[in-house]
Amino acid sequence: MASIAGKKSGLTWAVHISVAALVLLWLFPTVGLFVSSFRSADQISSSGWWAALFPSQQNEVYRTSDPDDTRVAEGDRFVVTGNIFEGAPRDILAWGVSSRNIDAFQPGDTAEMKDGETVTLQPDGSYVWSGNDKQISGRGQRIFITATVPPEFSLENYQTILFSGSGQDNMAKAFFNTLTVTIPATIIPIVIAAFAAYALAWMEFPGRALLIAAVVALLVVPLQLALIPLLRLHLGIGIGKGYMGVWLAHTAFGMPLAVYLLRNYMVGLPRDIIENAKVDGATDFQIFTRIILPLSFPALASFAIFQFLWTWNDLLVAKVFLIDATGSTTVMTNQIVELLGTRGGNWEILATAAFVSIAVPLAVFFLMQRYLVRGLLAGSVK
Amino acid sequence: MFTDNPALLGLFTIVFGVGACLGYFFFSNVILDKVIFPARGPNAGKNINRANMVRPWLFLFPAIFALTLYLAYPVFETLRLSLTDRSLDGAFVGFENYRKMMNESKFWEAVRNNMLWLIVVPAASTAFGLLVAQLTDRIRWGNLAKSLIFMPMAISFVGASVIFKLIYDTRPADQNQIGVLNHVWLKFDGGVGSILMLQVLPTLLYLAFAGIVAYVAWLFAKDIIAKGQDRSPWLLPLRLLVAVAGVWLVWLSVSSAVGVWIVELPYGEPQTWLTLPFWNNFFLMVVLIWIQTGFAMVILSAALRGIPEETVEAAIVDGANPFQIFFKIKVPQIMGTIVVVWTTITLTVLKVFDIVFAMTNGQWETQVLANYMYDKLFRANDWGIGSASAIIIMLLVTPILVWNVYNARKEMK
Repeated sequence: MASIAGKKSGLTWAVHISVAALVLLWLFPTVGLFVSSFRSADQISSSGWWAALFPSQQNEVYRTSDPDDTRVAEGDRFVVTGNIFEGAPRDILAWGVSSRNIDAFQPGDTAEMKDGETVTLQPDGSYVWSGNDKQISGRGQRIFITATVPPEFSLENYQTILFSGSGQDNMAKAFFNTLTVTIPATIIPIVIAAFAAYALAWMEFPGRALLIAAVVALLVVPLQLALIPLLRLHLGIGIGKGYMGVWLAHTAFGMPLAVYLLRNYMVGLPRDIIENAKVDGATDFQIFTRIILPLSFPALASFAIFQFLWTWNDLLVAKVFLIDATGSTTVMTNQIVELLGTRGGNWEILATAAFVSIAVPLAVFFLMQRYLVRGLLAGSVK
Repeated sequence: MFTDNPALLGLFTIVFGVGACLGYFFFSNVILDKVIFPARGPNAGKNINRANMVRPWLFLFPAIFALTLYLAYPVFETLRLSLTDRSLDGAFVGFENYRKMMNESKFWEAVRNNMLWLIVVPAASTAFGLLVAQLTDRIRWGNLAKSLIFMPMAISFVGASVIFKLIYDTRPADQNQIGVLNHVWLKFDGGVGSILMLQVLPTLLYLAFAGIVAYVAWLFAKDIIAKGQDRSPWLLPLRLLVAVAGVWLVWLSVSSAVGVWIVELPYGEPQTWLTLPFWNNFFLMVVLIWIQTGFAMVILSAALRGIPEETVEAAIVDGANPFQIFFKIKVPQIMGTIVVVWTTITLTVLKVFDIVFAMTNGQWETQVLANYMYDKLFRANDWGIGSASAIIIMLLVTPILVWNVYNARKEMK
């Protein structure tokens, strides 16, 4: 294309710019979630995440150290000294001692309060708070500052979500539950589908065409139809709601695509290899395990990725076949939906939880993208 | 014991489940060859042939079993359930459930919204996908751009819902907006920028959409008028349908384009996007479009690569401009792929439940069929109506099913 004569360079620039715009538009939402997951609750609610990437003006509240422990007598007065920034200095623009007037003073000023109580705040954050016995007691004096804050990110939310959070805020268990659902539900259908695909591709038997047509038809059957009959069946035969049921369901629901993808691929393998092996006395089982399986690796990999992404991201099947009344088998997607209901405003929790759940698929996606694309092309355009 | 520890249980099942699978295939073959039809003795040759007749079914059995039990049987069982009433102990009630369902306004709301989804999401995803595929085809960093646009495919619908809820977030007017949509919205004040962004741009988009729809509908419809060639009779209703739908869509978008200039917009007030009736549907659709565009792009860009260069070069020699090359040379050649992408996304749309469930749960007139069905089945516990709505979804995919099978059979011959 690029070498064709008559191409205008002006248009090339337009193309570059529009692609860049589209890419940014598509990335923007995910980046927002990613950035938010590193911000504290206060930061998230005080400014948009896009502002977090630049230094910003913020209002913050600090408290002097506890006067009952740290006050020092100076004549008939008591004094508390210290620094409001413990190790994280800020550029103070203005400050105040009352929530109604938070920018009353400049750094270095002394605030005169009732009955001779004073607070002095230096630009570096060190303060002197002095007054009589009654004034310098109880809790520390609040100091409001308006400061320029550099972009600031922390891993605290991840700490909460993965390790220290309690109850709904802790995703560790849900993470393992998801993993427990996903791995068997990815491997087992591959094994079963590979054998079936081989039979449909290379073995002669009556009814083969009909079976292939049935697989193609089942590709589009919405799994919503399966919910009630199979839930009844599972309850009836005693599997109930649990891992067993969800594995079986995922195995079966992934089966049409698996058989279809793998058969399409296997049909394309060279006939000579298989016939030679047969002449040499190999059984179908041997041909399958020694020749077909290794050759089918790209197709197996692409289906594995699909099935992995699908089971990892699934909500409906897990909700119906897995999660029971105790909720101990909940998966991440379900936990996030519940968080959306109960903690809809706590974006630090929500964003981090969502990012934890999409991190693994994203990693798989970027590592295995080649196979994913190959699978899509084999499965959809045929 | 270890059933309490999901990690151990998982490990155990992986070993046990996969082992059982492999064991089944291995031992069933061994038994077939060594015990039932041994390849020795007087009947050796005959036995080998008999074993080879049985073997395909050994290979196929687990797959057929799973497919039949989990996909084929439920179709009939759900159909049966939709004709019975659970509260009457499963008595046969004919079409009573369907009648009740049709009398519910929530059902019609779901159908209406689903129709909107079915038009907007596949159209927008395919259009965006085609646009990106075409644009990235020529540039050096195209592959990077493609994989970034493809990335949402890996994100769960639930994850995407959270992502977009943050975008649509609303805070009171006197606070900083943390949702980017409201942040941008508050920048509009009725000045020149607002007119450009909120009136001129949407008008252009509507008109462009109308133009594309008209063009596609014309492609389909012109054969009704044309004579001869390969006019198979069963395509006629399809063509008529597309033509009628096309005219309706064009009218809809032109009237919307006019509407943009009439409506009075509430400038300067933060909006709760997800509770705006009618429009909130589109805010939900954006999530699915965002996810599905990558899919459309990957397949369409492969199709674009497959176009013979000679046809494009010939067009250039004849003096075609880039737009003519795209619309008159490339698009007609990949029409088949476009249809496949369109139908695949249509299937996804019909089944999608997570987005609505997570973002609005069908409130504020955003109900769709899949979520309506879930509501009936597991909240209202009404299996009859739930099954009936599942059957409606099945009915909607049936044309695609038939078409798929028809294509697959044609290909195998």
